Amino acid sequence: MTILDLRQHTGYLLAAIVVGHVILISTQVTSRTGVPVLAEVTFGVFSQVQRGTAAVVDGAEQVWRNYAALRGVRSDNRMLREELATARVQLQEQRALAERSRTLEQLLGLRDRSNLSMAAADVIAAGATPDFRTVTIDRGTLGGLHRDMAVIAPGGVVGRVVMSGLNASQVQLLIDRNAAAGALIERSRAQGVIMGGDNGQLRMQYVAETADVKVGDEVVTSGIDGIYPKGFVIGRVTRVEHGVGGYRLIAVAPAVDFHSLEEVMVITTPPPSRDTGAAHE
Amino acid sequence: MKAVWIALATTAALALQTTVAHAFMVHGSVPVDLVLVVVVYVALSSGPFTGLLAGTFAGLAQDALSGGIIGIGGLADTLVGFLAGVVGTQFIVTQPLTRMVVFFGATVVRAILFMGLYALLGLRHFPSPYAAVAIQGVGNAVVGVVAFEIVEVLPGAIERRRLRGPRLRR
Repeated sequence: MTILDLRQHTGYLLAAIVVGHVILISTQVTSRTGVPVLAEVTFGVFSQVQRGTAAVVDGAEQVWRNYAALRGVRSDNRMLREELATARVQLQEQRALAERSRTLEQLLGLRDRSNLSMAAADVIAAGATPDFRTVTIDRGTLGGLHRDMAVIAPGGVVGRVVMSGLNASQVQLLIDRNAAAGALIERSRAQGVIMGGDNGQLRMQYVAETADVKVGDEVVTSGIDGIYPKGFVIGRVTRVEHGVGGYRLIAVAPAVDFHSLEEVMVITTPPPSRDTGAAHE
Repeated sequence: MKAVWIALATTAALALQTTVAHAFMVHGSVPVDLVLVVVVYVALSSGPFTGLLAGTFAGLAQDALSGGIIGIGGLADTLVGFLAGVVGTQFIVTQPLTRMVVFFGATVVRAILFMGLYALLGLRHFPSPYAAVAIQGVGNAVVGVVAFEIVEVLPGAIERRRLRGPRLRR
């Protein structure tokens, strides 16, 4: 059948494509095991296009900034910001270390996990559709990155790796509606689950009505999800309301500005729970 | 040849959507879906056959890159491409206002199909997405109409300039 014949039977073609899509969707919805091959291949190929586009955009941006702005002041500022970012990451590590000390892990003879190994990565692209909050970073399996590794920024938790190509990975942001992380209120140790909400905000769920939670409380990772290490900053409580089913409705403002993410750190050390699980296997 | 241009335009739209569009966030959401703009543009200028093929290609590529279920966006874009093509052949869609309406309507239809399928399968819920869809509809309409104006005005302007050139020299 030639193209001309097909043009005269657009209705049939539409029906065939719709049926094809339905079969394609059905296959994925029923299986739900790992990443679809088509997604992985397309991501691998297109991440190179994204890398190229990001390089061109970045190059143009650099030229503009270096000629339009004061060169010396800009480089000083950049150096100071890098130092600040490093210091803030170290602060988070120290916070995590202090938390671990407090929970008697060392008394139980577990090995010290304070030295998390990290890999720095640049954000090269955002999500392909506005409905999913993801970013693409310029490191993949060749750089030691794998699925479910935690991604952080100097401000706090960013998200987790959901797909890794050779030289790029896709990161699901914590503000995505499908994202979740074990969390606790740092002051009162009340536990719950942080989930992505609307308009780039987060919501903390499954916190009992009796729990002590106030506006302004800091929310940190609890480490129970097996992805995010314990004690890393997620955000601050902005609203506490009475919910249904004995749970509170808690709104949390993320600590990270997801609109201006440029550089992130990927934690390549597996968290204790996953590590222990692997040891049992 | 047209297929190559459509593939290139879709790839460029995807690249821009993933690298530049997120810089213009409005209330936490991206105000334009450049891939959808390309699909509707192709459908309006080339008809339902090309529109549905462009929608299929663009939607599947967008799905594969978004990390969601592959096919839901593809199905939505295919139907939108086809419907926009039918509208383009059945009605006179040459004025900016009517084109705006088509782009806005396509955004709404796409959102209903996309979110409806996700909700139907119980995979994802979209609480109160009306404002985000409306903003994106306006964004797509503006970008789409501007794209049409540029494509239609530019060749004529170059031609006029070329014709005017020798007279001025004389």
